[in-house]
Amino acid sequence: MKTGLGAPGWSGVLAATIAVTAVVPLLNLAVPETSALHLSDFYVSLLGKILCYAICALAIDLIWGYTGILSLGHGLFFALGGYGMGMYLMRQIGRDGQYKADMPDFMVFLNWKEFPWHWAVSDSFVAQMLLVVLVPGLIAFVFGYFAFRSRIKGVYFSIITQALTFAAMLLFFRNETGFGGNNGFTDFKRILDIPITHQLRVLLCVISGLTLIGFFLMARAIVNSKYGRVLQAIRDAETRVMFTGYDPVAYKLSIWTLSAVMCAVAGALYVPQVGIINPGEMSPAASIEMAIWAAVGGRATLIGPIVGAFFVNGAKSWFTVAFPEFWLYFLGALFIAVTLFLPNGLIGLLRRPAGLIGRVWRKERS
Amino acid sequence: MPLTFLSRCLAWLLLSLGCAAPALGLTPQQARALATGEAESRIAVLNQVLTGADEKTVALIQALSDDAVKFTETAVFVMRDGKGYDPVSGGELPVPDTAEDVINNNQMRGELDTALASIKLFSSDAKVRAEAAKTLKGEPDEAKLPLIEKAIDAETVPAIRSALEQIRFAMLLGSADKAKRLQAATALGASGTPATKTLLLERQSLETEPDVRAALAVSLRAIEGRLAWGERLGVIFTGVSLGSILLLVALGLAITYGLMGVINMAHGELMMIGAYATYVVQNLFRTYAPGAFEAYVLVAIPVSFMAAALVGAGLERSVIRWLYGRPLETLLATWGISLMLQQAARSIFGAQNVPVENPTWLSGGVDVMSNLTLPFNRVAIVVFALLVLLAVAALIARTRLGLFVRGVTQNRRMAACLGINTARIDTYAFALGSGIAGLAGCALSQVGNVGPDLGQSYIVDAFMVVVLGGVGQLAGTVYAALGLGVLNKLLEGWQGAVLAKIMVLVFIVIFIQKRPQGIFALKGRSADA
Repeated sequence: MKTGLGAPGWSGVLAATIAVTAVVPLLNLAVPETSALHLSDFYVSLLGKILCYAICALAIDLIWGYTGILSLGHGLFFALGGYGMGMYLMRQIGRDGQYKADMPDFMVFLNWKEFPWHWAVSDSFVAQMLLVVLVPGLIAFVFGYFAFRSRIKGVYFSIITQALTFAAMLLFFRNETGFGGNNGFTDFKRILDIPITHQLRVLLCVISGLTLIGFFLMARAIVNSKYGRVLQAIRDAETRVMFTGYDPVAYKLSIWTLSAVMCAVAGALYVPQVGIINPGEMSPAASIEMAIWAAVGGRATLIGPIVGAFFVNGAKSWFTVAFPEFWLYFLGALFIAVTLFLPNGLIGLLRRPAGLIGRVWRKERS
Repeated sequence: MPLTFLSRCLAWLLLSLGCAAPALGLTPQQARALATGEAESRIAVLNQVLTGADEKTVALIQALSDDAVKFTETAVFVMRDGKGYDPVSGGELPVPDTAEDVINNNQMRGELDTALASIKLFSSDAKVRAEAAKTLKGEPDEAKLPLIEKAIDAETVPAIRSALEQIRFAMLLGSADKAKRLQAATALGASGTPATKTLLLERQSLETEPDVRAALAVSLRAIEGRLAWGERLGVIFTGVSLGSILLLVALGLAITYGLMGVINMAHGELMMIGAYATYVVQNLFRTYAPGAFEAYVLVAIPVSFMAAALVGAGLERSVIRWLYGRPLETLLATWGISLMLQQAARSIFGAQNVPVENPTWLSGGVDVMSNLTLPFNRVAIVVFALLVLLAVAALIARTRLGLFVRGVTQNRRMAACLGINTARIDTYAFALGSGIAGLAGCALSQVGNVGPDLGQSYIVDAFMVVVLGGVGQLAGTVYAALGLGVLNKLLEGWQGAVLAKIMVLVFIVIFIQKRPQGIFALKGRSADA
């Protein structure tokens, strides 16, 4: 596997692996709560959440940073993955719901007597996890096939993906769809018959971290392969790639589907950690925020989106507690500042700190 | 008001009824029976006294309806300004502390209202009579038949007369006389209201005589046909109304996106600015010029245009200018702007929706058919959208600014070589697009809620209109807006609002597959751009 990481890169991956598999659980579970080094449950769940977001940012980066396709609909795949997991978790509640019935509470509330067809395999963990991957993958494939075949690109594609996730959100808001309507799924009790305790949350956080590292290495291998080079060529000059004899549709479609599946996996890991999934995750605003994580960190670098996800979401959790009314100002300003002054994101800033201001200035004047 | 009105009633009653029917007058027994006892018996007495109602009866009924009657074991008091009066003699009576209020249940209240309405049928004011006929139409009750017939005899205005005839037939429909029922069943076919349809349907389930049944069926079919037309026209009108709103929203986008290629995700927030500007103008009028409140909308139109245009020009100068030719970055930056503007609206005006009141000339509506009312504010928006469209089309096609905008769009370098200040034209064009968004916001404030989220609900639709219509095409935008509006409402009638919206979005996605350039594709050289 040609990852082009080199010695410092691999040390970084190793350090990250140790951090999530050993340091986080130790600091949370072994270090006593009174100690200054103790990592509280709040931070563990925040970390787990951001790790999932980072997977999304990485997925966005693969298609936007490397292939030049801006998706404003990745929240749909994230939410679909989350709903896939949520369905399984709802079944795991068993008879412990408010109504003490075999069916999930919202179905009892709607007076449904049997499960709708799409809940058929929801009590099997394996089957449902397959669906988590397959359903968003298939939707992305079908949508991408038609879109790329008709050579829809640029802003058109972005706006249509936004319309897609908007339509899906409206659909999921309906009770008849069978996904709990406005309230979505919540009140999860256990996974694989293991009660969801804070130890399990730490484990989920570790799994999210490992998944992120795995995806990172995979993305690294992809962008350094010949396939990845073609993707970047498509980003820079699609027509020329086509004239050289490549078929951009196959390349775009495959990376688009892969990216959607990555988001779905992130969604499936996210839901048991935060304990709720509702159609709000599909709102256009949620999807566009994912794009900004990638942009803030730095597109077309793989570490950048991860940094961006941590930076933006860290800032969000701080702002919404400290100055709730200023969060949107900050986020909005971030959108503007990144696009105007930081085309290469925070990573670009780190790489060449010297002469930055002058260069940005010159670039704008030209 | 009731007193002058009642005296007018009295004059009429004396003239028209006085000699025709024996003036029974109100007896103390009747007054008592009207005020106390079971609702059924009270209603019976009410219908009985109605035929020969004199001034005092009317006063008592009015008082009963106003909840201004008290009673004791022996007496009934009409209360006025805290004093009790005898309903029959009119003299003042001391009201004992034990006197109880007369309580009317809903049925009784309805009967009192119809009773008052049937008295108003004899008013000298044609408007009052027409209004009364409308009220009576709701509850055809055979007990009031003699009264209605009397009113028909006296009626001189043909429209009210025919309305009364309809009421009479509706009452006759339950008559024991077969010939009368047959006559009524046939005559009611000329009506077109949903109420008549329900009435006929009710009768149809009870009717045993075959020829009456046949007549009922014929009438029903005629009414249903007319009602269906009303419904169809209603759907088309709401569709056109939605389409004209979409058109207003999309017109601004057609300039910023269609002509300039700027994806402005803050377009919705510029609309929001226009709507809030309308709100502010409304409040200023209410505080400083309450007399001219009716005209505030006329002032709000230019104000909302200017407010949004200024903000737009500011945005163009500060942010968007640096991002020309990088549409994806523009998209993200303008999204950021939209977040900030929304939050700014929340900080200034609060997160709740603010109330914007229609001036009276925009409230109410015109009844086109019995089941089709066109609200004035919606009609006004259709007209307004049309005017804005014409203005924009003229501006782009006929003015020097329009010429410059087109020139810069088609070939920026060449335009610059010819001495056009392209940067300034960009600002003007963007400000124009933003100003039109402000106008859209002003229009929306008259039909919907004004709040920080106002823009969000329209932005996806507006982009769909522009994408569907084809970039750089005003005509495409018009067709797409009206088409989507009507399609949306048609599907809404069939599948409900949410599914309709989803179907429209899916339709657009499929349509774009077939025609990526929209309904009207650019042809020739500019298609490459």
